[in-house]
Amino acid sequence: MRLTLRVWRQKNAGADGAMSTYEVDGISPDMSFLEMLDTLNEELILKGEDPVAFDHDCREGICGACSLVINGDAHGPERTTTCQLHMRSFEDGDTIDVEPWRAAAFPVVKDLVVDRSAFDRIIQAGGYITAPTGSAPEAHATPVPKPDADAAFEHAECIGCGACVAACPNGAAMLFTSAKVNHLGVLPQGAPERESRVLDMVAQMDAEGFGGCTLAGECATACPKGIPLFSITRMNREFVRAARKAR
Amino acid sequence: MTTSAPSGIPAYTDYATGEPVADTRAPAGPIAERWDTRRFEAKLVNPANRRKHTVIVVGTGLAGGSAGATLAEQGYHVVQFCYQDSPRRAHSIAAQGGINAAKNYRNDGDSVHRLFYDTVKGGDFRARESNVHRLAQISVEIIDQCVAQGVPFAREYGGLLDTRSFGGVQVSRTFYARGQTGQQLLLGAYQALSRQIAAGNVELHPRTEMLDLIVIGGRARGIVARDLVTGEISSHFADAVVLASGGYGNVFYLSTNAMNSNATAIWRAHRRGAYFANPCFTQIHPTCIPRTGDHQSKLTLMSESLRNDGRIWVPKATGDTRPPNEIPEDERDYYLERIYPSFGNLVPRDIASRAAKNVCDEGRGVGPGGQGVYLDFADAIARMGRKAVEAKYGNLFDMYQRITDEDPYRVPMRIYPAVHYTMGGLWVDYDLQTTVPGLFAIGEANFSDHGANRLGASALMQGLADGYFVLPSTINDYLARNPHQEPVDDGHPAVQEVLAETEDRINLLLAVDGDRTPDSFHREIGELMWEYCGMARTDAGLRKALARIPEIRQEFWRRIKVPGTGAEFNQSLEKANRIVDYLELAELMCLDALHRRESCGGHFREESQTPDGEAARRDEEFCYAAAWEFTGAGAAPTLHKEDLVFEYVHPTQRSYA
Repeated sequence: MRLTLRVWRQKNAGADGAMSTYEVDGISPDMSFLEMLDTLNEELILKGEDPVAFDHDCREGICGACSLVINGDAHGPERTTTCQLHMRSFEDGDTIDVEPWRAAAFPVVKDLVVDRSAFDRIIQAGGYITAPTGSAPEAHATPVPKPDADAAFEHAECIGCGACVAACPNGAAMLFTSAKVNHLGVLPQGAPERESRVLDMVAQMDAEGFGGCTLAGECATACPKGIPLFSITRMNREFVRAARKAR
Repeated sequence: MTTSAPSGIPAYTDYATGEPVADTRAPAGPIAERWDTRRFEAKLVNPANRRKHTVIVVGTGLAGGSAGATLAEQGYHVVQFCYQDSPRRAHSIAAQGGINAAKNYRNDGDSVHRLFYDTVKGGDFRARESNVHRLAQISVEIIDQCVAQGVPFAREYGGLLDTRSFGGVQVSRTFYARGQTGQQLLLGAYQALSRQIAAGNVELHPRTEMLDLIVIGGRARGIVARDLVTGEISSHFADAVVLASGGYGNVFYLSTNAMNSNATAIWRAHRRGAYFANPCFTQIHPTCIPRTGDHQSKLTLMSESLRNDGRIWVPKATGDTRPPNEIPEDERDYYLERIYPSFGNLVPRDIASRAAKNVCDEGRGVGPGGQGVYLDFADAIARMGRKAVEAKYGNLFDMYQRITDEDPYRVPMRIYPAVHYTMGGLWVDYDLQTTVPGLFAIGEANFSDHGANRLGASALMQGLADGYFVLPSTINDYLARNPHQEPVDDGHPAVQEVLAETEDRINLLLAVDGDRTPDSFHREIGELMWEYCGMARTDAGLRKALARIPEIRQEFWRRIKVPGTGAEFNQSLEKANRIVDYLELAELMCLDALHRRESCGGHFREESQTPDGEAARRDEEFCYAAAWEFTGAGAAPTLHKEDLVFEYVHPTQRSYA
């Protein structure tokens, strides 16, 4: 395959960025999108040019590092992570736009790499169960009904990639935050901190400069792990419940 | 061992054998009481004094994340590093299948002693009994800890935890969270760590990579690290340093490791005095998705839990190119079930991998290039129904389909072995301390528990055992016995020296300005290692590799091209700097494989096999862990042997037939 790439290039956080155009040839449909970018970078290095910086690590769809907006869609045309997107999803001769996550709370580090540390701070604000090592009771002391365990898992699948934020017209982080609130909130082990968790995480989310939620639903459509949109409505319910209780 | 090189400089293979090395920390006495005894004998640090001690932890995977969180909970000041943008992305996250624990919830005959026995046997009698027994004991506490943190393990309808069986054992002791157990366990550790970061007890440096170890007065006192965003090289000081930087499988270029997983932290520590044990013990995992072409950048594992219900086969005839569905039942060879009737498709990983290689070498492999075997779920779907198969393996099937564009519900999967885990690593004693006082290694970075082959679902167990329970107990003893270390700063000559060496190396990499990319060298060394130090090794092949590696190293320093500068975000520079270390580590791996003229576990020397082609150990000569001491770049290292004594599990030739 022969492709034209239009890639966002930005030297560092402080510099202005622009789209640059590159031609790549000899691309196999079996390549992953990132392997296609590897090919481009090998050529750029040999030409003495700066290769395109992008985040990636596990390349099997679980670490959440990769983060490209491809032709306007977070992670591209398939519902998966960028690393699991293959070139068979494109046509020979296509022009493909490649951009970083766009969100006020995710400043660009370089080219396609953004700073997602705001997500870590939301977790630090309350996305945990206080259970210091050694303090745990026997695992079978508290049975958890299977539907609850399954629901917790469904929300716990979030990989923290940030596609939800990138896809959201408001740059909101509601799906990310609600996934953790619901994962922990549905389990008996998470009950003691149920109220403080949702209040503190939402407060941190707002402090980080993420936008407000208008339930546009783009987040759930872009999520490579299928975190459902009702995760947000559930968190809203949790929030109202906790806020009332706190008053 | 061999004659010297013609120039008169001793050849790399002319290694000397030095004093034996021994673990002096495991107490004597009955094995089941040793861990209690050690914990009692270990000195404690007064809780009020703990905040005065700084501990550096490198890595935030299962071992590092759990250790950082636990040390901080105990009151220590923890300074933690990861190269990823977030601690949640460490490669433990990609572990799929599960975590073992001797809970015996199934009442199927499991016990701490059986898990201990299975692990020693599975490791082909090349692990230290005391350490393995402790691991089995702690396994039960890990599950309790993770459940308390909210890890959503799979459960039965009654609300109790579900378990399944895994390769190489006959009990169901593996706890799991669908095919994402590593992710869920890591998020548990990450969240515990996050709580400590918020509390100010952990100072986290993300996107920061350790490039060297600072040793002062014979003790580990800090590290030199590079900020991957700004390029700034800085020193960090502590009273003890813990390496939890994972394994070194990426020396093979293609592996199931994350792209940026690397050996630099442990290799630099090795160069500063830490012995490197059993570097050739590499695990080749049998169930990975085969490569599709030269563009391949990494390989993807399919959890071996698939072997519980999938049946592995190849055509009976060589060169049979018919689609799998057109090959009749009696023309298929379910070779694992045929050769190993009692374990069948559930034989340990090393055996399953080698068997796959053998049938492909016979020309019976399937798929592009004949480098694959079928993993067929047709019988499982007929027996359990598609729904049940989907519930159990749905996400793995989806992943397979995404990568290969084939529907595994209708067409058998194709799998092939790939480098997955390294059992070797820094030599540690029972306290997980290396030969450099004050330097500890935990998780995959050390060599201690898996011998020559790791059983499935045991990596997660070991990482969390080390991080939550072992290290936080044993490091107390070191800190208590060394309470007032001299303060150090950048002005110290030893620190100046390490900083200068690090900057020199970076500058040199940038200055060569040659005509080959970092990846081209990584690929070259990787292919060489796969060919000669992979699934089957020979004297001649290893010598060929040992002759070639120094040439590649020379060529590297003549022709490497790294664009940009050191004072910026520069991923090519990161890569090239890691390859420098692979080019030395590869040599030690080959030497270790050459010197161990026996087969054991994942180390298969063609010269040492039973008449039916199984690995033949040579206990009279090689019942030891090989701990190598660095003596200089390219110079022959010194071998220190740790004799392995088996008091409880008597070594037998492994048999899974």
